[in-house]
Amino acid sequence: MSNQHHSQESHDHGSVKSYTTGLILSIILTVIPFGLVMTGALSAMTTLAAIMIMAVVQIVVQVVYFLHLNEGSGPRWNMISLWFTILIVGIVVVGSVWIMFHLNHNLMVGM
Amino acid sequence: MFGKLSIEAVPYHEPIVMVVLAVAAVMGLGVVAAITYFKKWGYLWKEWITSVDHKRLGVMYILVAIVMLIRGFSDAIMMRSQQAIASGGAEGYLPPEHYDQIFTAHGVIMIFFMAMPFMVGLMNIAVPLQIGARDVAFPFLNSLSFWLTVAGVILVNVSLGVGEFAATGWLAYPPLSDIQYSPGVGVDYWIWSLQISGIGTLLTGVNFFVTILKMRAPGMTLMKMPMFTWTALCTNVLIITAFPILTVTIALLTLDRYIGTHFFTNDMGGNQMMYVNLIWAWGHPEVYILVLPAFGIFAEVVATYCKKRLFGYTSMVYATVAITVLSFIVWLHHFFTMGAGANVNSFFGIATMIIAIPTGVKIFNWLFTMYEGRVQFTVPMAWTLGFLITFTIGGMTGVLLAVPGADYVLHNSLFLIAHFHNVIIGGVVFGYLAGFTYWFPKVFGFKLDEKLGKASAWCWIVGFFTAFMPLYALGFMGMTRRLNSYDNPDWHFPLIIAAIGALIIACGIACQLLQLFVSIKNRHQNIDETGDPWGGRTLEWSIPSPAPFYNFAHTPVVEERDAFWHMKEKGISEQKPAEYQDIHMPKNTSAGFFIGIIASVFGFALIWHIWWLAIVSAIGIFVTMVLRTFNDDIDYYVPAAEVERIESQRYQKLSNQA
Amino acid sequence: MSTQSMTNQDAHAHGHEHDDHEHHDPVATKVFGFWIYIMSDCVLFASIFATYAVLGTNYAGGPTSHELFELPFVLVETFVLLASSFMIGLATLAMNKGNKQGTMLWLALTLILGAVFVSLEIYEFHHFISEGAGPQRSAFLSSFFTLVGTHGLHVTSGVIWAIILLIQIATKGLNDMNRSRLMCLSLFWHFLHIIWICVFTIVYLMGVI
Repeated sequence: MSNQHHSQESHDHGSVKSYTTGLILSIILTVIPFGLVMTGALSAMTTLAAIMIMAVVQIVVQVVYFLHLNEGSGPRWNMISLWFTILIVGIVVVGSVWIMFHLNHNLMVGM
Repeated sequence: MFGKLSIEAVPYHEPIVMVVLAVAAVMGLGVVAAITYFKKWGYLWKEWITSVDHKRLGVMYILVAIVMLIRGFSDAIMMRSQQAIASGGAEGYLPPEHYDQIFTAHGVIMIFFMAMPFMVGLMNIAVPLQIGARDVAFPFLNSLSFWLTVAGVILVNVSLGVGEFAATGWLAYPPLSDIQYSPGVGVDYWIWSLQISGIGTLLTGVNFFVTILKMRAPGMTLMKMPMFTWTALCTNVLIITAFPILTVTIALLTLDRYIGTHFFTNDMGGNQMMYVNLIWAWGHPEVYILVLPAFGIFAEVVATYCKKRLFGYTSMVYATVAITVLSFIVWLHHFFTMGAGANVNSFFGIATMIIAIPTGVKIFNWLFTMYEGRVQFTVPMAWTLGFLITFTIGGMTGVLLAVPGADYVLHNSLFLIAHFHNVIIGGVVFGYLAGFTYWFPKVFGFKLDEKLGKASAWCWIVGFFTAFMPLYALGFMGMTRRLNSYDNPDWHFPLIIAAIGALIIACGIACQLLQLFVSIKNRHQNIDETGDPWGGRTLEWSIPSPAPFYNFAHTPVVEERDAFWHMKEKGISEQKPAEYQDIHMPKNTSAGFFIGIIASVFGFALIWHIWWLAIVSAIGIFVTMVLRTFNDDIDYYVPAAEVERIESQRYQKLSNQA
Repeated sequence: MSTQSMTNQDAHAHGHEHDDHEHHDPVATKVFGFWIYIMSDCVLFASIFATYAVLGTNYAGGPTSHELFELPFVLVETFVLLASSFMIGLATLAMNKGNKQGTMLWLALTLILGAVFVSLEIYEFHHFISEGAGPQRSAFLSSFFTLVGTHGLHVTSGVIWAIILLIQIATKGLNDMNRSRLMCLSLFWHFLHIIWICVFTIVYLMGVI
């Protein structure tokens, strides 16, 4: 039983290779949106969509290569709690923005 | 030197406050004198204050809750009597600024310092025992959580004698709570007592979540967990995800008040409505944090006293999980009238109505468990039956309020007050009192007096209906909440009835206290020799009463739901094990106590702008924490021989009985 | 560990086979508990992000995000924090190999980079305030300072934690306690960088589009 544990643990911690991969991908995913915004190469809406997507991708990259949440059955509850937290974070942020946007609209704030 | 604090902060010109303080001082001195006389300080320090035993912490939580119940209820009596008097131009005996503090304190104390500690206390007592664990996952954090809660309690009560409390309502909406309109220290007391105790609650949530997921006895899969443990799990999920929102909301208000930012101010781009939005994004899950464990208690109580397994266990688990998720998408129903418009209101209105479905499922779970069961009319069952009727009515008025159109008429009226007392008293309080009676013998080794318990339940149930049904009517008659005096003569008679109802509830509380007193006096007649006084079904009844400090001499192995019932059926429940092992236990520590006390000093210093003291106490908290992490001497082993000695006493008792 | 073997014996005494799912492993339990704390911290940041999303364009006639933000500076901050996040990953790798010196070296580098990040942030804040763009100026600036400042406070507490942990590893070596602490700290650090990705994108990049 304890053997099983240790082998599983060493699995979870990844390797220099995975950390380096994560680092390089993160640098790329930071520089591209930075360049897009600085140069203004694309239209505002396209830039917005592009940087949002790249932020999400970078978060996934870090979760996979730095936090190693994708491996094995060990961190099942870590994964479930993460998904639940993402759900709640989404509800709180999107819900608040939705509510306050409609409120401002109805109260004609800024008109 | 002392910031805003001066001798003027003590309200010596207010006779009511001074009398209360004098009584409290006399009682406090009496307790101190008694402890000194019986030479119990050492015992208190070693066995309770520094304890990390979840059962003892549970007892202390509930003790705090009962004391705060009395404090909060005194506020209620004052409000009811004021409104019964102050009719048709009469001003009553409470001036507006005092009355405003009373209704604020009543709400804050009842939710944060009565219901929350009571819930956490019951969870502390029952959850580790139900899952066959020897302690919680992080025993020191558990002690720290308790003392942080106490720090909040201390601050709220200090506000009575030094300065003032908030006069803003229990959620302190800006702009009223901004520095411009509430320049006094009242809102600051509110802020720091909630912020400090809120950190304690968050730690409790993490602690019990991990305990339930990682410390269950072998064989106890999720779907074999007792119902109370399930509801506790969901409550902790809600605590973990909702309390940070409260922390942020209060912190932003603090910044507005202390350094002049513009989150919720009227000018410079601030938006008060964002505060209302955020605080209810916490506030609605909070009511489910309180009521879910109560649901769990009713499930345990009904199954135990009907001698039947819980009807539809799986459906109740799914209903609980559904409520957990749904409770996060209904918060706007607390401010339908704010003006977010028809689309937003209808979404949240429908979501609110949907949440009544899983709750309704549970009502049928309990009813069908009773159906064809061998119902024993014990005290916890009395609370449960009272709950079923009361809560169903409260739920239906809730669905009524969930209709945005109806809410426009009824919002801010006494109808709303009647509704939420209907669900909080009928659901939460009845549930906790049922749990209190149910688990009392497990902790103390003797049962509570049956007659007085029933008297208390009757008084509460009758008193509740007498006090709050008139409030529904008053809501329809247009009476708004939080009125210090009124000139509509039609409201006077229902308010007198309501005041009488409050007095009947007072009798209920008196019976409860008397019950405690009588039961302790007659403890030898009510003693629980077997550890299983009710014919229980779950693991906590498989060990002696009072539960030994290590809980289980052997970690039980679970095969079925209602594990202990299953063991009894197989006839292995009283088997004496062949041998015992050393037991690994955490050592007591005073760090949690000191951090809690210094945290209350820290809060006090910030409330009164005594900056040097705030810095000193912040450093004090930090140093205590760091010192604790350098201490490696945090656990020990109970020798097998000692375990055998304690356990054989119980088998002796069992064989005597047989 | 002993609890673990004990439960096994218990099960044996009762004549049962049982599957042990991470039962009572103190290190794993601690790290899992800390993970759950991080989940709650996510919601904490989400609430502040929501506030920023709602109030972030209320300039109240004051300076706007377009006028204030200097992206190249923020890019440097980002890379400093990313590098420190990488370092603490190397620290945990060294720990897994039982390399005490290596662990301490990488941890020290992590905390130095963390301190550099905090200094850069303080410099930026000071710069804004001296230009009359303090947190009292408008709701936008209140929420900007609170959001970025809360992240900075987290990094600061991470730096202090790392210092204490260095002392603990130096005096007591890589025992179970310190291993679980370093694993928690590395989770915390990676998490803070993930939060920073959101700050970088939502506050800074979107603020100047």
